[in-house]
Amino acid sequence: MNEQVIYDFMGRRRLAAIASVVLLIVAIGSLATKGLVLGLDFTGGTQIEVGYQQAAELTQVRSALEQGGFKNPVVVHFGTESDVLIRLQGQPEAGLSDQVMAVLKVANPAVELRRIEFVGPQIGEELRDDGGLGMLAALAVVMLYVAIRFQYKFSIAAVCALIHDVIITLGFFSLFNVEFDLTVLAAVLAVIGYSLNDTIVVSDRIRENFRLLRVADASEVINESLTQTLGRTIITSLTTLLVLLALFFIGGELIHNFSIALIVGVFVGTYSSIYVAANILLAMDISREDLMPTEKEGVEFDGLP
Amino acid sequence: MNRYPIWKYLLILLVVIAGFIYALPNRYAPDPAIQLSGQSGSMVMDESLMLQATAALDEAGIAYFGERVNGKSVLIRLRDAEQQLAAKSVVQEALGLDYVVALNLASNTPEWLADLGGTPMKLGLDLSGGVHFLLQVDTASVISTHLDTRLSEAKAALREARIRYKSASLKDQVLTFTFTKEEWQDQATSLIRKEFRDLLPTQSKNGSLFVVSATMSTTAVKEKEEYAVSQNITTLRKRVNELGVSEPIVQRQGRDRIIVELPGVQDTAEAKRIIGKTANLEFRLEAKPGQIAGREEFAFRSESDQGRLAWLERKIVISGDSVTNANAGYDENGRAQVDITLDAGGGRAMHYATRNNIKRGLGVLFIESKARLEMQKNEAGEEVSVAVPYVEKTIISLATVQSALGVQFRITGLDSPGEASELALLLRAGALAAPMYFVEERTIGPSLGAENISIGVKSVQLGLAIVALFMLVYYRVFGLFANLALGLNLVLLIAAMSLLGATLTLPGIAGIVLTVGMAVDANVLIFSRIREELKNGETIQGAIHSGYDRAFVSIVDANVTTLIVAVILYAVGSGPVQGFAVTLSLGILTSMFTAIMGTRALANLVYGGRNVEKLWI
Repeated sequence: MNEQVIYDFMGRRRLAAIASVVLLIVAIGSLATKGLVLGLDFTGGTQIEVGYQQAAELTQVRSALEQGGFKNPVVVHFGTESDVLIRLQGQPEAGLSDQVMAVLKVANPAVELRRIEFVGPQIGEELRDDGGLGMLAALAVVMLYVAIRFQYKFSIAAVCALIHDVIITLGFFSLFNVEFDLTVLAAVLAVIGYSLNDTIVVSDRIRENFRLLRVADASEVINESLTQTLGRTIITSLTTLLVLLALFFIGGELIHNFSIALIVGVFVGTYSSIYVAANILLAMDISREDLMPTEKEGVEFDGLP
Repeated sequence: MNRYPIWKYLLILLVVIAGFIYALPNRYAPDPAIQLSGQSGSMVMDESLMLQATAALDEAGIAYFGERVNGKSVLIRLRDAEQQLAAKSVVQEALGLDYVVALNLASNTPEWLADLGGTPMKLGLDLSGGVHFLLQVDTASVISTHLDTRLSEAKAALREARIRYKSASLKDQVLTFTFTKEEWQDQATSLIRKEFRDLLPTQSKNGSLFVVSATMSTTAVKEKEEYAVSQNITTLRKRVNELGVSEPIVQRQGRDRIIVELPGVQDTAEAKRIIGKTANLEFRLEAKPGQIAGREEFAFRSESDQGRLAWLERKIVISGDSVTNANAGYDENGRAQVDITLDAGGGRAMHYATRNNIKRGLGVLFIESKARLEMQKNEAGEEVSVAVPYVEKTIISLATVQSALGVQFRITGLDSPGEASELALLLRAGALAAPMYFVEERTIGPSLGAENISIGVKSVQLGLAIVALFMLVYYRVFGLFANLALGLNLVLLIAAMSLLGATLTLPGIAGIVLTVGMAVDANVLIFSRIREELKNGETIQGAIHSGYDRAFVSIVDANVTTLIVAVILYAVGSGPVQGFAVTLSLGILTSMFTAIMGTRALANLVYGGRNVEKLWI
């Protein structure tokens, strides 16, 4: 096994570019036409989760609420058949929970209040703005850091890869009508962190090999770097995916969508560090000259570990 | 080669020991308990009171243990968390309203651990159950009220200075005076500048009229708002304490919002009533028959007086701010009443107002701020629901002044003893400086909280087990090193969170699980590098050395960038999302230590300086 095979990643760069563009168009198209199914955190409103002993009949719950004087309640199962999520319009007056529970108890006495959430309309709007702002701030700071630690071409490549990942993850949520709430926003930001992690490791190797290898062809250097890091990329993605699957299956309904976002993000993030970041680097004609160190990087760390 | 100096081993050992010590308190789950204390701080809590309480619990069949008196309070531990609420009401009934019975969690941390500063992690509301409120302070109304007062003061000052104004009005937080002569305009401007420092007058001309408009200076507005919010926080703290909740959180969020979190509280209706009430009082004289100017009409509050209206003077004699103490009680006829004590200033004002107005009516106005949702069109023309705050003032009593009143008097005309004690509580805790309304409310039932903890723990265990197994199979001996580091990472993370007093939330647990998945990344980087070096024909010792060395820069770069994202997440997020950001960033820091230094120490210990034939990696 001493003869190392170098995979020709960059040979399929056009194909990958087309795939990325298609995915991006689908994601943006879906976001533009369908938009996201925003959760209570962002829309504002009132939502009540109740639990029954056995599977609950939604129509019964709905009619009980309507008879109790609640207008147009939205009633859906939440996670299991015996859990019901009720969405009401307007603001809960003091004692709303008691009223709802009283009405539901008439229909079926074995009902238990699990949680109530009310979010005012202006809060939802602010959260939306803050969330968007947070993502932009994260991208900007990361761009700066990478530009300082590496070089501006790496920085552009990394940020393009991140934007690619965020748009596709959001597009997934839009396309499959998965509810987007505050925890999903956190997950999307975590995807930025994860994908970046991956991109940096790959970039680091590319930089190292440009300085080390006496080959002129950039695509050869990138291919070799990607091949060298492939094992690590696959294993890390695999372990992360494994724990995310654990979260997805037993983490409960409240972090279900959170884990979906991260699972999608890990796939896209792994792909993007190979085919988006490296691809863009190549497209920008990255060369040895870009990376000739003015000072030896990493010197300050010597002897630390 | 590959040997650590002894101090590095000692340092790691020290961190490991500290980690275990500070993570340990989380092994001791606190007991549900109730805590008794006096309504005022001067009341002494003694053995007999405790026996009274335990007797009541015995009678209700509620199991308890470890009861303790410490002079100021009594703590009774309960066997069953589900009986906590029942225990509270049983004891409250037995002891009467002079005592506060609070739900509590009694710490089980051994004394030596507590002495070292060890405490368990705080649980977020999604894990412990309870209510979370976000209140919006209506600062605009504070400014309006203030300007309203300024308007009447300015009018009086102008009259006194014999400056004749044609009109004086307040609209959109701008005071506007009009004059027919230019010299009056100038005089009025300088008068406002001199007498009312917080107003900024500007001159203009409107047709033949000379206009002075005045707005509040930005610093004055800021000061007023600042005062209103901090005063409201103080008042809320007092009210929450009266509710009897263990470890409540009352803190400011942003410019004009306040977060209130009450762990363990289930009865949101009561909590909301007490917290949200502005419940200020105003005492005003009844308008004289025939009086037209300066009067206002109000409805009565009580159910039995529905539809009844009365005219009161606009002028306020005193407001609830002057109340120093209030107690609920009964009058001679057994009707509910509230005994009120005023401060000196309030007493004087009350005395002056009533002395010359015997046989006139004195009205007590109850002031509540509420919000209703209205559909409005926004800029984009969409219908959106907007919370519109409004203030409701109703008369709770209108009684004839029999004699001049002083610092002490009573209010009658309340519907029930319950209402009397609630009013007394609200007056005691002080009035809110500005109206508030709820903009966010979340209640998590106790069973959901417990369920969230158990699924959280299960996810961490499962995630850890899968990753550990994988690493062991794939990297063998080095996989074992990585797993030890991973376990230590969890311990350190929990210790750090406990020490920092960080709150654990469900997304926080998800952050821990994610950290477990990502923490091995550093080791994967190092081990892949070692394998590579071995393939390239390096010696075993050389491969270990350069594997760690070369992977280091990648690991630092990758982790620093992730850390940046986590910090931003913390800055823009709220509540649960912040919990996630905290565990994620602490996890990155601890994992760097364990994955780099921890595994290196193990590798050095096992292989360092030895003649190794084959590396099991």
